[in-house]
Amino acid sequence: MTPLIEVENLTLQFRTDEGLITAVEDVSFTLMKGEVMGLVGESGSGKSVTAKSLMHLNARNAVYSPESRITLHTDTGTVDVLSLRTPRELNVVRGGAISMIFQEPMASFAPAITIGKQMVEQLLLHSDMSKGTAKSVSVEMLDRVGISDATRRFDQYAFELSGGMRQRAMIAMALSTNPSLLIADEPTTALDVTIQAQVIDLMKDLVSEFGMGIIFITHDLGVVAQTADRVNVMYLGRIVEEGPVREVIRNPRHPYTQGLIAALPKLEDLDAPLTPVPGDIPSPLERPAGCVFNTRCSQVVGEECMALVPMNCRLDETHSVACHIYREAAE
Amino acid sequence: MSRSLIQASGLSVHFPIGSGLFVKQLLKAVDNVSIEIEKGSFFGLVGESGSGKTTLGRALLKAVPISAGTAHYDDGEVAYDLQELDGAELKDYRTRAQLIFQDPYAALSPRMTVRDIIAEPLEVMGLTKGRAETDERVREIAARCRLNLEHLRRFPHAFSGGQRQRISIARALVSGPKFVVADESVAALDVSIQADVLNLLKQLQDELGLTFMFISHDLSVVAHTCDHVAVMYLGRLIETAPTRKLFEAPRHPYTKALFSAIPSLDPDDDKTAQKLAGEIPSPTDQPPGCKFQTRCPHAIDICRSQEPALETEDGHDVACHRWKELMNLVAA
Ligand SMILES: Nc1ncnc2c1ncn2[C@@H]1O[C@H](COP(=O)(O)OP(=O)(O)OP(=O)(O)O)[C@@H](O)[C@H]1O
Ligand SMILES: Nc1ncnc2c1ncn2[C@@H]1O[C@H](COP(=O)(O)OP(=O)(O)OP(=O)(O)O)[C@@H](O)[C@H]1O
Ligand code: SF4
Ligand code: SF4
Ligand SMILES: [Mg+2]
Ligand SMILES: [Mg+2]
Repeated sequence: MTPLIEVENLTLQFRTDEGLITAVEDVSFTLMKGEVMGLVGESGSGKSVTAKSLMHLNARNAVYSPESRITLHTDTGTVDVLSLRTPRELNVVRGGAISMIFQEPMASFAPAITIGKQMVEQLLLHSDMSKGTAKSVSVEMLDRVGISDATRRFDQYAFELSGGMRQRAMIAMALSTNPSLLIADEPTTALDVTIQAQVIDLMKDLVSEFGMGIIFITHDLGVVAQTADRVNVMYLGRIVEEGPVREVIRNPRHPYTQGLIAALPKLEDLDAPLTPVPGDIPSPLERPAGCVFNTRCSQVVGEECMALVPMNCRLDETHSVACHIYREAAE
Repeated sequence: MSRSLIQASGLSVHFPIGSGLFVKQLLKAVDNVSIEIEKGSFFGLVGESGSGKTTLGRALLKAVPISAGTAHYDDGEVAYDLQELDGAELKDYRTRAQLIFQDPYAALSPRMTVRDIIAEPLEVMGLTKGRAETDERVREIAARCRLNLEHLRRFPHAFSGGQRQRISIARALVSGPKFVVADESVAALDVSIQADVLNLLKQLQDELGLTFMFISHDLSVVAHTCDHVAVMYLGRLIETAPTRKLFEAPRHPYTKALFSAIPSLDPDDDKTAQKLAGEIPSPTDQPPGCKFQTRCPHAIDICRSQEPALETEDGHDVACHRWKELMNLVAA
């Protein structure tokens, strides 16, 4: 397998009135071609910000640390994403090699332009297709994602579609440029579970058909279990555990992942009490020193948890965890 | 004394929509819903987005006009017919029935302290004699929601999700309500925090003798917290039963599909969810007959012409022409 995108030591802060907020800290991962990677974590843990960095798409007040590096491998060569500056350079990644599906599909369609027109414009921007070809590619794509009567839908506005249909149109638009990486940011959160099941099936089909890499962001572990090959668990801007989905869900090693899975209400056992992870998530302004999870961890091993940021420990070739409990395993 | 706190019969909420003089369409957000909520219960309401859950909750709080039908409230101290409630009685009802907002801060000034946010309902409704009494009641409810004096002096933006949700709960409970509607109260919370807020709600229910209507799209959460569940589809109540009965043996084809579509935590669980084709119809363009007939794999002629009524058997209600036949099919 060949790597599609490599993220190394990504650290990202935002300048705000209250000072510098660290949103992502020392995040590294590699996504292989054709792989589906889940990114889970609590609200505010930095999932969306990480994803947007891959397209160099964060707000103006974002500050990347000098060590941060994102390398995209395309058919035509290697791109150092964070060094891109001009709109022309950025177009190579944004909507070109990388497409993103947002949580709220209304946000990604301009309200006053028809769905078809937006799809065509995007294709014209990212390819040398003629207008006629762009139109037929778009209609075909709408049809591919299961939108019936695609020719008519092509001329409709986003607000005229139901939630599920809009999400499909969004996926069609994201796929029409034939990206090598698709980022799906909570693509099913706003949907009814019966519609969510349809969208998940659709995305699985598309991976096997188009073979692109996917980063699937969600807070729903069930959705990750059903879609991803590997998963990264984030907490307060850091990746705390990383591994194959089966491994991480069946045999979680980081105390946060363990707590998260134990806290999930299980349908198999309605009598089981709900067991929360004690305490609240600290505000980004009060990031704990040492391990970011130390304010809530029930397995603290000693002073090092309060003082030292735990290094990434490899448990085996594919599963790693950032926690002092496993330090010896790594040595 | 009646066992039910709320008893609604044929309740409807219709919104007139569209502009122009003659094109007045009716959006039937809640249509002909009959529902009974027992005192002290934790009553769950589920259904897809737009099915009318929030509107039903708001109708029972008298926060949207009731277009047709009746809703009776009886807490043992007072009894009201909600469809005709107004004046001093409505004012009194507002202290007895409250909503926990998902995020009340959107509507509040960022310069209000947590104390001010919790105290506002008391001040607006004039429920206390002065600042001292207000402070006393705020402190009391805040303590029950695990907020201390230090928290009360601060501003809400400085709080995390779980704490903010506890502030919303304290604000809803400060007037001493008997009936509380919690609309997606844990939807935005991390799973590791969610369980804590759910446990708190259950504890408060117990300590304060509250009756909850708990609106959620998360079926696993509902299964774990509610003693009774109602399922809505396109403004209709299609099934309601004690939680265990509903999850063990759902009767309505939509409920069955809903349950089987919950993504399993087991990556190898390839349960072929009874995948439903098609989209949920628009509420302004509803199909005739059963509202689920456009997506139901079991629809037959009668489903397309006649709307099924809610049938009760063994304390389990369902609105489907074929439920018995379909249950027997599974059993056979
Ligand atoms: N433009 C910005 N300015 C300041 N802070 C920001 C900005 N964008 C994001 N943040 C902060 O960065 C952190 C990470 O945000 P991010 O949106 O990545 O979280 P998330 O994991 O995607 O959460 P959610 O599940 O709620 O979508 C948060 O604390 C957020 O408030
Ligand atoms: N004030 C209003 N005027 C017109 N239509 C409304 C109004 N309030 C709600 N609706 C419509 O009524 C229907 C039911 O909405 P409601 O908010 O009750 O659904 P819900 O089940 O709570 O959905 P969700 O899960 O998305 O919160 C929707 O079609 C909605 O657009
Ligand atoms: S490093 Fe220490 S505080 Fe952090 S998760 Fe591991 S044991 Fe807990
Ligand atoms: S009444 Fe008919 S269409 Fe409706 S749920 Fe029952 S079988 Fe399906
Ligand atoms: Mg996000
Ligand atoms: Mg709602």
